[in-house]
Amino acid sequence: MSKRSSYWLLLLPFAATLVPPLYARARPPLFGLPFFYWYQILQIVVSAVIVSIVYALTQEPDRE
Amino acid sequence: MSSGTVIFFVLIAGVTVLGFLAARWRRAAVASLDEWALGGRNFGTVVSWFLLGGDLYTAYTFIALPALAYGAGALAFFAVPYTTLAYPLTFFFMARFWTIAKRRGYVTAADFVHDRYGSRALELVIALTGVLAILPYIALQLIGMQTVLEDVGLSAAHIAPVAFLIAGFVLLAAYTFISGLRAPAMIAFVKDTLIYITVIAALAVIPSHLGGWAHIFASAQSVLASRPKASSTMLLPGQYASYATLALGSAMALFLYPHSVTGCLSARNANVIRRNCALLPLYSLLLAFITLLGFCALAAGIKLTNNNQAVPELFVHFFPSWFTGVAFAAIVMGALVPAAVMSIGAANLFASNILQSFRARRERPSSELGIARGLALCVLTASFIIAVAIKPLFAINFQLLGGAWIVQIFPAFVLGLYTRRLHPVALLAGWCVGMSAATWMAVWTGFSSVFQFSAAGHKISAAIVFCALLANLVTAAVVTLLLAAFKTGAGRDLTTAADYA
Repeated sequence: MSKRSSYWLLLLPFAATLVPPLYARARPPLFGLPFFYWYQILQIVVSAVIVSIVYALTQEPDRE
Repeated sequence: MSSGTVIFFVLIAGVTVLGFLAARWRRAAVASLDEWALGGRNFGTVVSWFLLGGDLYTAYTFIALPALAYGAGALAFFAVPYTTLAYPLTFFFMARFWTIAKRRGYVTAADFVHDRYGSRALELVIALTGVLAILPYIALQLIGMQTVLEDVGLSAAHIAPVAFLIAGFVLLAAYTFISGLRAPAMIAFVKDTLIYITVIAALAVIPSHLGGWAHIFASAQSVLASRPKASSTMLLPGQYASYATLALGSAMALFLYPHSVTGCLSARNANVIRRNCALLPLYSLLLAFITLLGFCALAAGIKLTNNNQAVPELFVHFFPSWFTGVAFAAIVMGALVPAAVMSIGAANLFASNILQSFRARRERPSSELGIARGLALCVLTASFIIAVAIKPLFAINFQLLGGAWIVQIFPAFVLGLYTRRLHPVALLAGWCVGMSAATWMAVWTGFSSVFQFSAAGHKISAAIVFCALLANLVTAAVVTLLLAAFKTGAGRDLTTAADYA
């Protein structure tokens, strides 16, 4: 993947969180948390992983 | 005095000393504006992580989100997608802004807008928007502090909380004046550590006492459903559009605030910001669980007259006295850190863009440091007066509106980093339309964060912050096309392609 095109990955978290009908339900629960809640908490982690991947793909040396 | 009160005051006194000592951290003296306002633009990944975390996740958030969950149910969880999306967005544009800011010596977003569009008028409105949005935000930090102080058991000691609010304000103003951005950066280490400890302890203790999460959600649901104005722990179809637009609009607004810009520009290099966009979401996890504490307060049967007391009351209910001292100290520090950064950010806007006192940006005169310091004191004093003189509800409404205002700089600032196609006059027109639309919708709905449209028999609700930004963007695009049709010159652009690379 080229450097520029890897930035498109940053759109994935938007697709995963901006359509509430996808996840506004109670089942299946996890540790007693309804799906609505644990899905969105999980998305925090998934999004951070995606940002890390894009960081790695587009990394440039530190410049001061 | 209880053991909690003693521990509370010992911790607060400790970080105050730290705030003053911060002036000597790494450098012998704070002698220039870059040193005072941006910590010498030299913070590495770890310091920036603590500073930005302490700066963005404020005490008010930690009080207000569980209060919203306690009062309105599932809608409060919009803060989770909001803080999830802020990072991919910021990863995209903030490193680019850092690069040009470093190269051309900018300390504010308005500095960039001035050079990019060659427009003094546009620079002024961008700066004014930042100041207007930040004043009520600082006031709310002070109000959040007061909420906690009322609960520390000061009434038993016959001392009015307002006396401590004044003491807190004076100390905050003094170390901000002396140490600049280094003070909140140093205090943030203590504050963030205590916040993590508090939330982990709360999660270890409270849910098991209340019979587990499944039981907490069931009890919270029955309390919410039985209220005269019923709500739910599950998002309802009628709320989908408001929820998504509230999350997106707030995410776009977060890094436009002066305190976010100041926090980011203090990074040593652009990679520090990019790395932190992957690391800061750890605070969002904290935020998600703190929001859920609002449901715990419902399940614990805590009855409140002021919803903002949900988390403090929950702590008093479940924690031993000494530990509530730690938790409350963490919340008060959570107010002090952002309040200091916010006042510095606003002072920079005043000095650099409104008073135009330091125009030659690459060789800034030493007098500018004195000016910025004095202005930071003025900003803090104004916020203190707002916090004490007006009703908390007014500050909350004003801050809510502040979010819809600050996002109006998105076209000129963020889009401006990538394209010069929008005409400066069109951006001004867009800003006017966006600001008016935001203000009108907020006043019309009695300061709600969502606005209800009805068209062709359908009703749809959307976040005001989002609708007003759309109005701004459409206006800016249409006016640009009109001006192009009349062959109006696009004005000067002082930046060059090399500045961004």
